[in-house]
Amino acid sequence: MTLKLGIPSKGRLMDKTFDWFAHRGVTLRKSGSNREYAGAVDGIDGIELVLLSAGEIPRELDAGRIHLGVTGSDLVREKLSGWDQRVVEVAQMGFGGADLVIAVPQSWIDVENLDDLDAVAAAFRAQHGFRLRIATKYHRLVREFMREHGVADYQLMDSQGATEGTIRNETAEAVADITSTGETLRANGLKILGDGMIHASQATLFRGRRRTWTQNQRETFKALEAKLAP
Amino acid sequence: MTSNAQAIWDRARRYQSVLAGQGALVTDADILQPAGTLLDLYGEDIRARAFTTQDPLRGEQMLRPDFTVPIVQQHMAFGAEPARYTYLGKVFRKQETDERRPTEFVQVGFEVFDGKDVAAADAEVFATLAGILSDVPVTPMTGDIGILRAAVLGLKTTKRRRAALMRHLWRPRRFRALLDRFGGLTETPATRTALLADADPMASLPPVLGLRSESEIALRIDALREDAQADPISTTERDLLDALLKVRETAPNALALLKDVAVDLPSISAAVDGLAARLDALSERNIDVETLPFAATYGRTSMEYYDGFVFGFSAAADLNLPPVATGGRYDALTTVLGNGTGVPAVGGVIRPDLVAIAEGSL
Repeated sequence: MTLKLGIPSKGRLMDKTFDWFAHRGVTLRKSGSNREYAGAVDGIDGIELVLLSAGEIPRELDAGRIHLGVTGSDLVREKLSGWDQRVVEVAQMGFGGADLVIAVPQSWIDVENLDDLDAVAAAFRAQHGFRLRIATKYHRLVREFMREHGVADYQLMDSQGATEGTIRNETAEAVADITSTGETLRANGLKILGDGMIHASQATLFRGRRRTWTQNQRETFKALEAKLAP
Repeated sequence: MTSNAQAIWDRARRYQSVLAGQGALVTDADILQPAGTLLDLYGEDIRARAFTTQDPLRGEQMLRPDFTVPIVQQHMAFGAEPARYTYLGKVFRKQETDERRPTEFVQVGFEVFDGKDVAAADAEVFATLAGILSDVPVTPMTGDIGILRAAVLGLKTTKRRRAALMRHLWRPRRFRALLDRFGGLTETPATRTALLADADPMASLPPVLGLRSESEIALRIDALREDAQADPISTTERDLLDALLKVRETAPNALALLKDVAVDLPSISAAVDGLAARLDALSERNIDVETLPFAATYGRTSMEYYDGFVFGFSAAADLNLPPVATGGRYDALTTVLGNGTGVPAVGGVIRPDLVAIAEGSL
């Protein structure tokens, strides 16, 4: 049995992943034409490359259909409940960095932190008759963060893209979004709360639970680990 | 159905017949409940606890996480005082952290809407469930959220601060952060000091974005100014609150301690008298109050709608189970669900599956 390694099937994340493994003596490449989602691995035996959407990798790892996977640490935390019981971080890869943050309009000069956001949420609900809306695609991460910090009277609005625009469109009052420099948020008239950092994400190599692994797969993983060791 | 499942339903029906025998009306609730009501009550956190589904016409629905909300709604719409209800059925809870805990389980409930004598009604619910569990190795625990509420409402500080603390009574971490800030223990960030020092901060307001208006921002700044000028909540009052929160004793000792606190914090006197009356009422129902445990913080984190008497019965700690029965008073919930008109209400539920485990018969 081979060990299946899932990596993002396109874009910068895929290229950087190829570079990262190449740097460690493992060559990953797409086989056949560039449009095909099949891959090959050189430099180590017993590993099969599977190209997948980064968003599907957490689920596939959890289900055991792939054994190793590269994806954002934010996606694993968002998609897998109790993620650290289900997958293990093998290596933080040092690229694909992005922070999940809470941002509010710059015009909210009275709001700097979660304490303020919570107070504003109470006043907003009293004034408008509904809970303050936070647009995000990271429902679990945001909800757990807010519960941990005791913020109430908010609601999450699903936003799968162009999240910064939801406030201008009056479909949300605040956002919880991924940013690397904060530039897009600022350009859209938003500012990040001082204590509103939910998770600092980066591309990470994860492995799934080893319960059902064969001896061969365990040995292959050991060989890979040796190559990846700094 | 497995024989275990059959045994649990049989047990549930036995409990319900005891409750019906005491004059409780058998009632029921839909499994699918409108999500909006539950979200308005519990906030976004309910999504971590309740299963959500979608109906093309009715919109977002939740599989009932408990019976209390729909039973209260039915009572507020159609019921007459006094009323006693019992129900039996599955409730559904997501388990995000512990896969071994079931996502659906049977509950048998007892709800009493009777304001004639609240201490007697509290005692009736507790003693009835204690009676059903009399042969089961469980330990009771009691508390009283009403005393904590009275303490907060009696603090000598601004109305806004009291309201903020009341809002977070059930979130101990934020409650503590607020109390520290209102007590002057938290350093004010320099940016906040600068904002409040600015005679007209609204003059340099960046372009207003979104639904929250300029006047709402100005109002909040006024509130912040008022707060900055208010005296801190005194060390004495904070110490009294801490002393109150620390009470964890047998009921008579707890009562004595709380009476001591009430000398300096008279706002809790009526609530402490209520505790005394409840203990008398429990005695009348042959509950041994001398050994009954009481903790002031009991029920503060897990049962957001309780606002007075709270109780639970737990199996031996090594079984690592949730309480086999819980309950309490929820007058404020009836006001929220009754569009402003509330009625005194107290109730409790038993989980027959956990009773069976506690007994070792499953």
